[in-house]
Amino acid sequence: MTSFVTAATAVDPTLETFENDIWWIVLIKLVGVFALLLLLTLFTINYERKVVARMAVRPGPNQVGPKGWLQSLTDGLKLPFKEEIIPKTADKVVYFIAPVISATTAFTAFSVMPFGGVVNMFGHQTALQLTDVPVSVLVLLACSSMSVYGVVLAGWASGSTYPLLGGLRSSAQMISYEVAMGLSIVAVFMTAGTMSTSQIVAAQASGDPVQLFGFEVTAPGWYAVQLLPSFIIYMIAAVGETNRAPFDLPEAESELVGGFHTEYSSFKFALFFLAEYINMITVSAFCTTLFLGGWRAPAPITTFWEGANSGYWPLLWFFGKVLILLFGFIWLRATLPRMRYDQFMRFGWKVLIPVSLVWILFLAFFKVARSGAISDTTRWVTTGVVAVLVLAIAWGWPSPKKPKQLSIEEELHQRPPGSFPVPPMDLQVPPSPRVRRAVAERDPVSKEV
Amino acid sequence: MEGYLGSYAVLGLVLAAGVLLFVAAFGANRLLRPGRPAEPAGKRISYESGIDPVGGDWAQAQIRYYVYAYLYVLFAVEAVFLFPWAVIFDRPGFGGLSIAEMGIFVAVLALGILYAWRKKILSWT
Repeated sequence: MTSFVTAATAVDPTLETFENDIWWIVLIKLVGVFALLLLLTLFTINYERKVVARMAVRPGPNQVGPKGWLQSLTDGLKLPFKEEIIPKTADKVVYFIAPVISATTAFTAFSVMPFGGVVNMFGHQTALQLTDVPVSVLVLLACSSMSVYGVVLAGWASGSTYPLLGGLRSSAQMISYEVAMGLSIVAVFMTAGTMSTSQIVAAQASGDPVQLFGFEVTAPGWYAVQLLPSFIIYMIAAVGETNRAPFDLPEAESELVGGFHTEYSSFKFALFFLAEYINMITVSAFCTTLFLGGWRAPAPITTFWEGANSGYWPLLWFFGKVLILLFGFIWLRATLPRMRYDQFMRFGWKVLIPVSLVWILFLAFFKVARSGAISDTTRWVTTGVVAVLVLAIAWGWPSPKKPKQLSIEEELHQRPPGSFPVPPMDLQVPPSPRVRRAVAERDPVSKEV
Repeated sequence: MEGYLGSYAVLGLVLAAGVLLFVAAFGANRLLRPGRPAEPAGKRISYESGIDPVGGDWAQAQIRYYVYAYLYVLFAVEAVFLFPWAVIFDRPGFGGLSIAEMGIFVAVLALGILYAWRKKILSWT
């Protein structure tokens, strides 16, 4: 009977579902998650190379395996066979630990990702998610914070200039965009009322009915629609957090050779590479969970097909959404040039974070006002006061001082002594006599030149 | 895994499995990589685009990087209070007062970033 119910409709796991898991089911799911992440990484590398090649109108990898799809596998297998060159100046212990931190935290982040509802696995009811705790989103954020250690320690332990600069840059960038990312997620907590990933997915299952022009319309349940500003801030912060183009400043090849992993080779380099791609997959999966309805099928499908969210079908919807987001990452890389570091940091601190703070407070006010917890007079008075304050700030905001426009004579006067001589601006260069002769010989009509 | 802490134990298990996997892979790497590679002079000096390295890594770091770390601490502390608040603020019994309190708290922290802004440490020279 239970299995029949599971086959027909989606069953949302509760936190007790995870407490009742048997140890060998946990082990199966653990091995499954690790295998899945390795396969997804191999796939994503090829996916990226193929898509970028397509966008640059060239074939891309097409030699190894069917249509070149085994290229990243052979590349990955090659790396452990390579010799390891550790610089003499390196701090050996930290040099060894850094890639392990990077890769382990990347894997751990995926343990709270919900791939689906409750399924029947070898006769046991279990959720398609390794584990879930009341604060799973914090686990994810903690993992992304810890991965900064991997990067900054790798840069420091190499005992070389470029990696040190790359590591410092990267840590400053990652902690800055982590703040923006954390603030964008607060709106999701506020709407869902929980920090557990499986409960956030459950909260997006259906939207609230809204009265619109006298009709009862169901608002979309996805937080990407309900909390659009948060979604946009999250997407930008995710690209900054994963060090991907156009924010790939830590490994800007033209400035820093390879950034923090310049001195790494062989398997340790492979771990950094793995961690980078897993992080990209993690933020995409996280975005799917928080904003795009998680493992549930997109809206019109469930109307036609009742069982779309039952059993193992959610895997299809989940990975479909993740692959679309990954395509977005690759698209950005193929399209946009790298940003300048100071502009990038300025954008994070002066735009994303203030906007997030204001948006959170606005949303809190909006929600409490709608729930009727405060009286109408308080609501209108507060709205009025805030509106007046905003207008006053907008009116009194100091406009940037424009630098004084100097005339050319003044600019020339300001040049330090010993500068190159500059020709006068109205210099008329007489035409070369040889050009005049050549033109005259070529074209008998225009003799007057 | 049983009990309330069982779900957390799984997280520990994942962490342990990750470390174990990568240390095992390091062992495999040790077996697979060349045993006695050539040691030409200058092979193990740090990479600096093919020219002899100038100085070491003990350089004076730019002050701007540690300023970002300070600002991060500011917002990390904010998040500690903001996250639990966000989960429960619209439950019955909190009402408008909880928003006013959080508004004041966020405003005080916003003063911090405003100070950094005015001191021009967010823009580079």
